[in-house]
Amino acid sequence: MDFGLSAEQKALAATVRRYLAERCPIARVRTIMDSESGHDAGLWQGLMDLGIGALPVAEADGGMGAEFLDLALVAEELGYACTPGPFLGSLVATIAIAGADDSDLRARWLPRLASGETIATFAVGESGGRWDAGEIAARVDGNTVTGAKSLVPYGSLADLHVVAAVGSDGPGLWLVARDSASVSTNELSGNDRTRRLSSVEYRGSEAVMLGGADALARLRDAALVLVAADAYGGARRCLEMAREYVLVREQFGQPVGAFQAVKHQLANLAVEIEPSLSLWWYAAHAFDRIRDQAPRHAALAKAFSCDLFDRASRDATELHGGIGFTWEFDLHLWFRRSIFDRAFFGDSHYHRARAASLAGW
Amino acid sequence: MDLSYNAEYQAFRTEVRAFLDGHWSDGDRAAHGGSEVLIGRITRPEPRVTEFRMRAIEAGYLYRNIPRQWGGGEQPFDPLRSAIIREEFKRARAPREMVGQGPSMLVFTLLEHGTEEQKKRFIRSTLLGEVLWCQGYSEPGAGSDLASLRTRAELDGDQWVINGQKIWTSNAQEADWMFALVRSEPDAPKHDGISYLLIDMKTPGITVRPLRQMTGESDFNEVFFDNARVPRSAIVGDRGKGWIVSRSTLKYERALIGDTDINRRTLDGLVMLARAIDRRGRPAIEDPVLRGRLVEVETKLIAAELHSMRLLTMQSRGEEPGLPGMVPKLYTTQLSYEMARLAMDISGDGAALAPGEPEAPAMGMFVHAYLWSLGILIAGGTANIQRNIIAERGLGLPRDASQKR
Repeated sequence: MDFGLSAEQKALAATVRRYLAERCPIARVRTIMDSESGHDAGLWQGLMDLGIGALPVAEADGGMGAEFLDLALVAEELGYACTPGPFLGSLVATIAIAGADDSDLRARWLPRLASGETIATFAVGESGGRWDAGEIAARVDGNTVTGAKSLVPYGSLADLHVVAAVGSDGPGLWLVARDSASVSTNELSGNDRTRRLSSVEYRGSEAVMLGGADALARLRDAALVLVAADAYGGARRCLEMAREYVLVREQFGQPVGAFQAVKHQLANLAVEIEPSLSLWWYAAHAFDRIRDQAPRHAALAKAFSCDLFDRASRDATELHGGIGFTWEFDLHLWFRRSIFDRAFFGDSHYHRARAASLAGW
Repeated sequence: MDLSYNAEYQAFRTEVRAFLDGHWSDGDRAAHGGSEVLIGRITRPEPRVTEFRMRAIEAGYLYRNIPRQWGGGEQPFDPLRSAIIREEFKRARAPREMVGQGPSMLVFTLLEHGTEEQKKRFIRSTLLGEVLWCQGYSEPGAGSDLASLRTRAELDGDQWVINGQKIWTSNAQEADWMFALVRSEPDAPKHDGISYLLIDMKTPGITVRPLRQMTGESDFNEVFFDNARVPRSAIVGDRGKGWIVSRSTLKYERALIGDTDINRRTLDGLVMLARAIDRRGRPAIEDPVLRGRLVEVETKLIAAELHSMRLLTMQSRGEEPGLPGMVPKLYTTQLSYEMARLAMDISGDGAALAPGEPEAPAMGMFVHAYLWSLGILIAGGTANIQRNIIAERGLGLPRDASQKR
């Protein structure tokens, strides 16, 4: 019995953290986030060269065949560093493609996804807050998909779209290679400038089936856990920033961190954040090893982690006083990231309602 | 990450099960298998329970960290085996280690600081529940700021003469003995003038007066000392060193309260309650707001359970738990409070009825828990003191300049 990280997992997380600290410090985050595309090819390739894109790809398909937890640890670091770019969409799409039965399809796309040559994304949500398989309106007719999707991560950048739609056998996932004729994308102005969102319309776009309802459920659970890990990483960073600030900021002749009100606010935050780590660790582990528990634990981790990120970023801002409210100060980047995490792929209330039903309540 | 137990541990689990099958029958379960209390009254165990405990100690399943010489099971440190024992004993509803401040606090103090005579006299009998203890720390003017205590002990020949008052003393009515902090060196600075004494509760000059708490019951007491005389040898450790002597035990008390079992049982009860309660013709569990809140508290409970698995893993790897190790008490006591609060809301207007009222939802059991949850927030150091500790020792924030310690 061991509920902890292996030495290799710790090394992986440390490598990503070091890389991001060196290559994507917050000044770089700001440059990328202010750019038109919100994507930096150098940063993307650098992380892919570390092997991140190959983590979810089976060894038989030329990848690293890592545990899903490994990927979640990377997501934690991306959240910790507030890393901008199409990582979430592409990693989740890679998981979906890696899970497809069609070996030709895997052989065609996985090497390019693992190397970073191709950027992918997933298109599940539809307007009106529809993320459930039973609510999807997009339709597949023969080998084409038609429908409108909302909140697609980097929909206009990604070449490859994993689209949730309903075919003759019910809901599932289809792969669409984006072309300008049948796929139109519209960039949305989002609160989180580090992760861009698009609305996408598919008009009879050529599509290859990746899998059925199970595949869609797996994509959902993967996305929820990665968002939960991102949110945890962000929450932890907010706590650290607040801690560092109250140690140096002095008022009334002492560091403000010596005041009990400040100490208690930080202690309360730490007491919530510490155990929440175990929620997404376990959800990630269940994704691989305890599959019948995976959907519920992914939902619980997503709702809890994202609510906590919201609270941590607000508390941290409050603890910084006036400086925390400025554009120049970096904290609002995480605050904005928390808004994305909390809203994306269904809000906390929605996932708690799902979890209640999944428990048979 | 591997949540299964390897062959060695599976074999150990089989061994524990075989032991329980052989020594704790269905009849024992029915007669003595009641749930253990974590807070509240301790009682002297039935002879059958003591007999079972002696066998379980002999087999090395209980008091594993206490030497055999003093009545323990004496086993190498292995948190996984301890966890298996806990799980299997719980499943079989077999008596586990005695709860209460004697076994969880005093015994470790004696092991560290007691004389041979004190160890011989008290450890084994305390572990078996033959001697029941209460803790004499808090005073009317010394709660979280324990070092301000004023109960005096003056040496008169071969005896300590004790005068003063203790308060919030759980189990003082039942206890045979008290371990207490008293001021023995009136001229020494705050922390340096304190000694740690073992006091026979039958000593003339001791009066126990029950305090009625907000639940209506009396689990706490005031204890008055009026020229109570105990032998000079009643001291543990050196004169004036009582503060240091008492330190290790506070740690154990926190570990005791950070147990998630009781919250898991409460959650199961909450779900049953929400199914059973009628809200304008529909079960309360169909209310979307209540469903969301049930999931919210369950998520926190799962986080607490997984967190203890994480701490268990850290322990068995020999890692220092640090900040994560400081979390459980505050987290789980807050969770108890939130759960009890939710039970009140699920009960709806039925929450107006008192514990024991037959028409109250679940006989008002949750109202009782709601009131108790406030007691748990205060016991063993108030939640605010926990926050100070977490901020200072866990996050490295400075002490408040006004706190003289």
